[in-house]
Amino acid sequence: MAERERRSARPDGRVLVPRSVLMGPADVRRALVRIAHEVLERNHGAEDLVVVGLQSGGVPLAERLVALLEEIDGTAVPLGRLDVAFYRDDIALRPVRPGEVTAIPVDLTGRVVVLVDDVLFTGRTVRAALDALADHGRARAVQLAVMVDRGHRELPIRPDFVGKNLPTRRDETVDVSIDGVTIGDLAAAAPGSPPDAAPGSPPDAAPGPPPDAAPGSPPDAAPGSPPDAAPGSPPDAAPAGDPR
Amino acid sequence: MTRADLLSVADLGREGIVQVLHLADSFAEVSERPMPKVPALRGRTVATVFFEASTRTRLSFEAAAKRLSADTMTFTPATSSLTKGESMRDTVETLDAMGVDAMVVRHASAGAPEQISRWVRAGVVNAGDGQHEHPTQALLDCFTLREALAAREGRAPADDLSGARIAIVGDVRHSRVARSGVLAFRALGAELVLVGPPTLLPPDTASWGVGIAHDLDEVLADVDVVYVLRLQVERIRECLLPSLHEYSARFGLTRDRAARLRPDVLVMHPGPMVRGLEIDAEVASSPRSLVTRQVHNGVAVRMAVLFRLLAREVAS
Repeated sequence: MAERERRSARPDGRVLVPRSVLMGPADVRRALVRIAHEVLERNHGAEDLVVVGLQSGGVPLAERLVALLEEIDGTAVPLGRLDVAFYRDDIALRPVRPGEVTAIPVDLTGRVVVLVDDVLFTGRTVRAALDALADHGRARAVQLAVMVDRGHRELPIRPDFVGKNLPTRRDETVDVSIDGVTIGDLAAAAPGSPPDAAPGSPPDAAPGPPPDAAPGSPPDAAPGSPPDAAPGSPPDAAPAGDPR
Repeated sequence: MTRADLLSVADLGREGIVQVLHLADSFAEVSERPMPKVPALRGRTVATVFFEASTRTRLSFEAAAKRLSADTMTFTPATSSLTKGESMRDTVETLDAMGVDAMVVRHASAGAPEQISRWVRAGVVNAGDGQHEHPTQALLDCFTLREALAAREGRAPADDLSGARIAIVGDVRHSRVARSGVLAFRALGAELVLVGPPTLLPPDTASWGVGIAHDLDEVLADVDVVYVLRLQVERIRECLLPSLHEYSARFGLTRDRAARLRPDVLVMHPGPMVRGLEIDAEVASSPRSLVTRQVHNGVAVRMAVLFRLLAREVAS
């Protein structure tokens, strides 16, 4: 169930072997509701907001966020989609999926943009996104919302709104969708045959969690009962009123 | 790393063509922006190396390269050391030694871009070689037709042209546009018929998978697209035609013929047009004509081709 199409279609032909499910659909929904409230609190309402989802993982989350903002505040917030492939510093010719184009419905000049992505990792995608946004007008402010912040930043970028802080190893893979958050390892495509996986990824993919897994979060979370995401919300989430 | 040179439509196959069309969708969006430029190929250099005259193809490639933030160089034979007797090989090796990343090559001889690709480190794009191929023209034609058919039927562009019946009319024999076009349109599933006087049709079409016809009016009753070719007077050295007037009367898309077409039939032409000879001046500018759309889309499609050639994974 976690081997969703987006991951199994990786260019290197590998698939995600899930180790544990950290958030379920209800947890993702609760986190989005909290983020929606935080966005409205920070910006004193939804006026001038534009929500922009990063292709492709950020788009479904951005769609949900827009619906929630409208539900809570009664204001229709424009939704944009941004593909940053042409702005990356590691221009990779990744398989181009049909429909994965940029669509920014309004001029961003003077607006507050809430950039939405699924996972914040090195920060390079967000850097590319900031360059891409600049070509669509001079936003008054850009805020960043992510479902998972997994650390390992390589650039001075931090999120404004976080669904869950999730300490990870660099070689782990985090899969986020509106159906949940899964952590696992990449392995060769052949299902059920984890040995001799691709170089770089440990051969012991499927069985028990590795010793150094995620100090902060319980590594043995059973697939059915993910740890609670909402209450203790991340420490560095949105100091109210702090610009930049 | 193997280079993704584009020498023939056959290098791409159906999968490669569709990949270019999807990339071009993205670049078409870029071209619509107030700031129609992305930094994708910053720091790379594209040289247009045209040993044969061209207006739209060279300018289109240069616009494409600039919109990708690549640097561009223009090689013009008339003002080059070719006039002092320098060979083609020395010329392109000189450019290569300067660190050019891609060469966009046009030459009057078939196979010249392929020969050059064996001499240089840079990636090579065929921008028209003799009577052989003109792959980017075929790709922009596919992109334009795909867009126009979608608009006509009020749906999203489909990668499959099955069901579309295309007549390629005129001087097929001398046409690299037709050779590339047949490969690309057929790869996407379109049905093709070549129409022209026997002297202007190639002798070897058995393997092309196309129909052959010599009566234009008969064909026009049952097509979706009329693709008119330029009569390549400069390449016609033998006596292939009784007269230009007779050619125009029998194989030109005249106003009378256009008036008899179904209203939804589309007209294409690769340019440059000789209005009044192979196509009537008004027909060329009528709403059913895709000629300016072809030129417009050429930039996005060439951006896709250059991006595909030069975008490489640096690190992950």
